[in-house]
This record gives sequence, C-alpha cells and structure tokens, in this order.
Amino acid sequence: MSNRRFALIALVVAIGIIAASLTIKNAYFFTAAYAVLVFVILSTAWNILGGYTGYVNFGVPAFFAIGAYTTVFLHQLLTAPLFVNVVAGTVMAGLAGLGVGYLTLRLRGVFFAIATLALAVVMLTFVVNWTYVGGARGAYVITPREVPFGMESWKHYLYVVMVLLATLATVVARMLERSTIGRGLAAIRDDELAAECAGVPTLRLKLLAATASGALMGMAGTTTPYFYAYVEPTSVFNLSYAVNSIAMPVIGGMTSWVGPLIGAVLLGTLQQIVQVTISSNLNLLITGLLLVLFVTLAPNGILGWVDAWKRRRKR
Amino acid sequence: MEPSSALFLNAVVSGLLLAGFYAAVAVGISISFGMLDVVNIAHPGFIILGSYTALIVHRWLGWDPILLSVVLSPLFFLLGMVLYRVYYVAFEKRGQESLRGLAFFFGILFITEVVLILIYGVDYQLVKTAYSETVWKLGPIDFPLRLLVPCIVSVAMVVGIQIFFNRTFFGRAVLAVAQDQLALRIMGVDPVRIKEFAFALSIATAGVAGAFLIVIQPVQPSIGREFIGLAFAICVLGGLGSLYGTLAGAVILGIAESFTSTYFGPSWAPAVSFGLLLLALAFRPAGLFGR
Repeated sequence: MSNRRFALIALVVAIGIIAASLTIKNAYFFTAAYAVLVFVILSTAWNILGGYTGYVNFGVPAFFAIGAYTTVFLHQLLTAPLFVNVVAGTVMAGLAGLGVGYLTLRLRGVFFAIATLALAVVMLTFVVNWTYVGGARGAYVITPREVPFGMESWKHYLYVVMVLLATLATVVARMLERSTIGRGLAAIRDDELAAECAGVPTLRLKLLAATASGALMGMAGTTTPYFYAYVEPTSVFNLSYAVNSIAMPVIGGMTSWVGPLIGAVLLGTLQQIVQVTISSNLNLLITGLLLVLFVTLAPNGILGWVDAWKRRRKR
Repeated sequence: MEPSSALFLNAVVSGLLLAGFYAAVAVGISISFGMLDVVNIAHPGFIILGSYTALIVHRWLGWDPILLSVVLSPLFFLLGMVLYRVYYVAFEKRGQESLRGLAFFFGILFITEVVLILIYGVDYQLVKTAYSETVWKLGPIDFPLRLLVPCIVSVAMVVGIQIFFNRTFFGRAVLAVAQDQLALRIMGVDPVRIKEFAFALSIATAGVAGAFLIVIQPVQPSIGREFIGLAFAICVLGGLGSLYGTLAGAVILGIAESFTSTYFGPSWAPAVSFGLLLLALAFRPAGLFGR
C-alpha cells in the first residue's frame, strides 16, 4: 500500500471515529479516550527510536513536558491559539530530539538510555525552579469560553484534535518504517557497525529518527495544559509516561507501526477501566507486570503471536 | 571562626558524610553494571525495599536497622540469585540483553515501587535510632551520628568487598568475569555461576544501603528513582569496575550536592547528580579514573 493511500484510509478511519464520538454524551468518555490517545502518540513516537532503531529512550516525560510547557509559555506570553502551540511544541521537542540524537554519537546502548533518563530529571529541576511557567506550584491555562467549531465542550474538541494528531503520528511512523529510512534504521538496530560499513548513513538516520520521535512526543504534550487546565511539573514529568510508552510497544510488538497502536489501545483501555473500578496505583503495577511478563516470555509481543500463527497456517 | 568559613567546612563535612552513604548506594551498581554488564536500573528499587524491610523488622523486634540489614542481607542475596537466573535465561542466553533487558529492569523498578505503595501507602517513614538525635561537635563543625554511622559502616562494606575481590578465589573469579568470560570457561569455572553470585552480592548491598537510607532521611516508595542518576553518575565518574573508584565518585557527588544545597538551595540538588552524569557521559565515558 502506498503512503498516500494509507494516509487516506487512516484519515477516513479518523473521521469515522470523530463522527461516532458526536453521538456520545458521557463527558467521562472523552477524559478516558484522551488519555488513551496520548499513549497512542507517545508509544508510536517511542517506537521510532526504540523499536525501529534499537535506542531505548527513558526520557519520554522530558519530551512530553517540552510540548506541554511550550504551550504554557506561549499562553502566558501572548495567549497563542491552540494550533500555534501544537506546532511550536512539536518543533521545540523535535529540536530536543535532535540534541538527543547527537548523544548517540558517543553513547551506545545502555549509556544512551541512562543519559535520557538523566535528561528528564535535569529538565524537571529546571522547570521546578523556573517561576515564569509556574515553578513547582504549576500553572493554570484557562481555555476561552467559546469552543471552536461550535463543539459542545473543550474536552470534546481536544479529543477530536488528538484523534487527528494520533493519525498523523501513525502515518509518519508507517512512512518511516516502509521507506529506505526504515530499512536503514533496522540495519542500525541489528548491527550498527555493520550498517555503517555497508554504507548506511547511520548518524543522519539516527538524527532523523530521534528528531521525529521527540517531535511526536512533544506534540502529544501540547494539548495537555488545555485539557486539564492546569500543569504541574511532577505530573507532567511523571516517569509513568516513560514506563507506559515502553510497555505499550513491547506488548504490541516493536517491529511495526501496528504494535504500539495495539499495545496503547489495549493497555490504555485496560488502565482506564482499572482506574475507575479499582485504583490508579494498580494501573502502574499492571503496566509493570505486563512489561516484565511480555519482555521475558513474549519478546515479540502480540505481533509476534500473529506472525507465528500465520506461519503455522501456511504450513 | 567566621560564619561563612564555618558554613563552608560544614558543607565539606556533610558532603563527605553523604558520600559514605552514596558509596553504599552505588557499590551494587558498580558490581552489576561495571563488572557483570548487567544494567540493573532496578537497583534503587531494591534499596527502597531494603528500607522497608529494615523498618518492618525494626518495628517488630526493635533492633537497630543497620544491624538488622546486615543480618537480613542473605535474604536479599537469595532474591538477587533468583533475579539473575530469570535475567540470564530470558535475556543473556538469547543475546537480547541490551534493549529488552533494560525494559525488564525498568519494569521491575516500577513493580517494587507500586507494590510498596499499595501495601504501605505514600507516607514518609523514618526509623528513630538511639543515636538519631546525637550530634558530635568539633569546633563549629557538626557530625550528626545519623550520617556518621551509615558512613562508617558503608566505607567498611565497600573496602571489605574490594578486599574480598582481590584476595579470594571467588572474588578474583568475579573480576575475571568482567575481563574475559571465555578464558574463565577454559579455566573450568562456570561464568554464569560467578555472575549469579556477584549479582546476588550487589543486591545484598542494596538491602544494607536501604537501611542506611531510612536512618538518614524519611523514605517513601517512589524516591528510589532519584537514586538512579546518582548511582550511575558515581559509577561512571569513578570508572566502571573499580570499587575504590566508586568511593572517589561518591565523594565528588557528595561534595557537589552538599555545596549546591548549601549555596543554591536544596531544590537544585537533584540536577547535580544527573547533570554530572550527563557531563561525564559526554566527555569522559570511561570515568575520571577509568580503565
């Protein structure tokens, strides 16, 4: 399937999801669905660097927070409209991703992963001490009274925006995966030295993957201040974003764009159900347990099962 | 003496005392990460587990938590053996340790944290010992015993492990694993058994470090994450694979944090360890005293 055709189909599906949401009157649905959509974008983005290229990024909260705090900053500065904030946050996080991409020059594997973790904590400390965006107390982002396009509520409107952004993220991830870029990234994942010797421009590809991954993570964060109307450092920089964005691709399968999507929808929905029926702490326990179970017992995730099933049927 | 120089001396001393504790935090990672190439980012989780174990048994028996942690360290040793077995079978044997092994330990970190939260809640817990309130004074300089006792025990532990590594057959085998596993196999030693032992030892130190922690400051399940950067920064600064290097790295980190807290305010302190880690990784990945 060509990229254009896939994008068209994805858009049709997105419009279908949006149209179906118009019949839903329960406001809680949008809160739950929004959280799942955030994870769809985050895990898809993580997978570009983690799954395709083989560099584990623990710094997901940092990128997410760059997106969220760009919105807060621009909102304080000139009450910029949502669209401007989304673009600005994506660009800022993309630049941060480019910086992280340069880290891969010197740091392979484990050292890279630890450096990204360090990055998240250093950034958290700066934001806590930066009073313009609220510091440790957090900042309020008041949404205008009227909702754009005559929607009923801001939550519904942001849900629609997030469906479109998630579609964009998926299309970008698939485009990267199916192009020569994707093949180059896979070569880096399997053996970076061999890839370099075979003429794969490893640095350029890693920079591209890191930038795209970071930009999409930031994009997921840009709408958060509007949705919750309040941003506070420890919640935006929460490591649970990191563990979820890693667990979801691992559960779904890391080799393809479908994996993170399946993982995010399944695990995200499960978490929302558990949060309502039992407790939010149990959420993280389930995520942790599933991550450990899948990574030890089913390293290729649900996609791995599907592949094995297909192979058995062929025989 | 002028107040400012007293402040300076106190910052130095409290940095050194902290360094003793930091060495206990980092020594386990020096062993598992530096010598065995097992990237145990769940190590801080086991430190917090050690804190809670010391707390609970202390409330039950009333013994000193640090003494308790040494008595209970075989339990952590066993836990480490089990964990390494799982890790070996699931990842090392298949040659997938880099990416999936990291995800595995990250998951373990979250599991220990959330289980502790579910059982004991997010309240801060502290153990009061007989010496918690005592402060020895040397002129204007304070030596609070709640820092001094862990520092002394910790340095003894680190030096003891290094001597053990240098002097005994088993210890030398651990050092050999770090250098050349194939050669070890040719000598008729099973590297997996040695690694299992050394990893278990590293988890045992986490249990002891946890007891230090709960004597020094109030503990809550999720503070473990803050020690990831600290421990790895110390190991990288000290050069992987040498425990005396770990002590040196701990001194650097301890002094740097204590000065930041004294002169810029405690809210900047977390950035120090992670910032130093980033700098060390960027400019001297082999460590200041690297091999």
